[in-house]
Amino acid sequence: MNADCRPALTLRQDTVGALAAMQTVFARDMKVAFRQRQDLLNPLLFFVMVVTLFPLGVSPEVSFLREAGAGILWVAALLSVLLSLDHLFRHDFDDGTLEQLVLQPQPLFLLVLAKTAAHWVLTGLPLVVLTPVLGVMVHLDGNSIGVLCLTLLIGTPVLSLIGSIGAALTLGLRSAGVLLSLLIIPLYIPVLIFGTGTVASAAEGAPAGAYLALMGAFLVLALTLAPFASAAALRISLFNG
Amino acid sequence: MSEPLLQAVDLQCERDERILFRDLSFSILPGTVARVEGPNGSGKTTLLRMLAGLNDAWSGNLLWCGKSRSAQREEFIRNTLYLGHRPGIKPLLTPMENLRALTAGRRPLPDPVLRQALDGTGLTGFQDVPCRNLSAGQQRRVALARLLIADEPLWLLDEVFTAIDASGVSAIEQLLQQRAAEGGAVVVTTHHDLRLPGMQRIVLGGGSTDEC
Repeated sequence: MNADCRPALTLRQDTVGALAAMQTVFARDMKVAFRQRQDLLNPLLFFVMVVTLFPLGVSPEVSFLREAGAGILWVAALLSVLLSLDHLFRHDFDDGTLEQLVLQPQPLFLLVLAKTAAHWVLTGLPLVVLTPVLGVMVHLDGNSIGVLCLTLLIGTPVLSLIGSIGAALTLGLRSAGVLLSLLIIPLYIPVLIFGTGTVASAAEGAPAGAYLALMGAFLVLALTLAPFASAAALRISLFNG
Repeated sequence: MSEPLLQAVDLQCERDERILFRDLSFSILPGTVARVEGPNGSGKTTLLRMLAGLNDAWSGNLLWCGKSRSAQREEFIRNTLYLGHRPGIKPLLTPMENLRALTAGRRPLPDPVLRQALDGTGLTGFQDVPCRNLSAGQQRRVALARLLIADEPLWLLDEVFTAIDASGVSAIEQLLQQRAAEGGAVVVTTHHDLRLPGMQRIVLGGGSTDEC
């Protein structure tokens, strides 16, 4: 091995900007995900299947579906995000990428935020894109579909952010699945209630602004607090691993 | 004599209610290679993770450039390169993409430099093949390519010789020696019979250190 390309030896004071480091993390996660497309399709397929099974299993009546449609879509979206959470840090933990992430000279919570953003773009965002199609399938009217998409657009990042805390905490465990669900579902419930509540009130013709503002508040809260909690949880899992 | 880069004072580590080592003190000076020795389970990897800042279940003092490390964590991280058992190579990415992702967060380098580093580890022609199609030794070499372009003064290397062939091993030995000559410091754990002139030994299990 030759080492001609190495610079001289000095203690370094400079560092890469946090934004550039976040971009690197985000880009790597996207690249890895697109090399493994079947993993990308899993949550989407789950989402579509659950929504399709409801009319078959419960009732294909228009009146029932119109009433329950938004709830079905929200629950299905929530569960498919939950299903994908275990992958968020697991592969990085197994191949040592996480160690290198912790040892980067940037605040860990920013790098975690970049990873969570990639997770949302790969799972949450496709669900939002699919929602209009499935909304038509459960006979939601145009206005409800619009509001439903909006609530999912605000709500799914919250699901990813809260989920990242649970995924980080259960990283050191061999079978994390059940514990992850138990930890995370109670925190998802308020998002679900307000998400479906927004659509219900919009369907009755009431303005949805107040509900949406509350969901926005959830998002801001999760965005500011969850990365710190996940970063701390990651350290704990890694230090004990 | 120059100031030690990293100094350990009375380190003690307990794992699963068993004391791995106690009263462990040593100094890592610029321009030295230190080998951590000890039987399996004696805490070599644990010690290295402690030094890297990936384990906080220990007591004692770690000094970086003479001052407490915990007070200057970011400076320490910036100037230390840690390669673990699992070196952070993604099987789905190519060696180039892996190397780019691993270096970009610390010191971004232009692609030709990365390519040259991969060439230097004998991965010519494999730069753009997904790592999962490479052998275990080749995957290790992707991680080792980081050493060829790393400018961190302190390297912490856990089992660097694993899965590397004989010519690779002697190349790494040469690299470590050259690194020490340049003034870098290296701490390495290995079961390979590494003998370098002036090598420092940190012996675990016995709890003492000496020069050979």
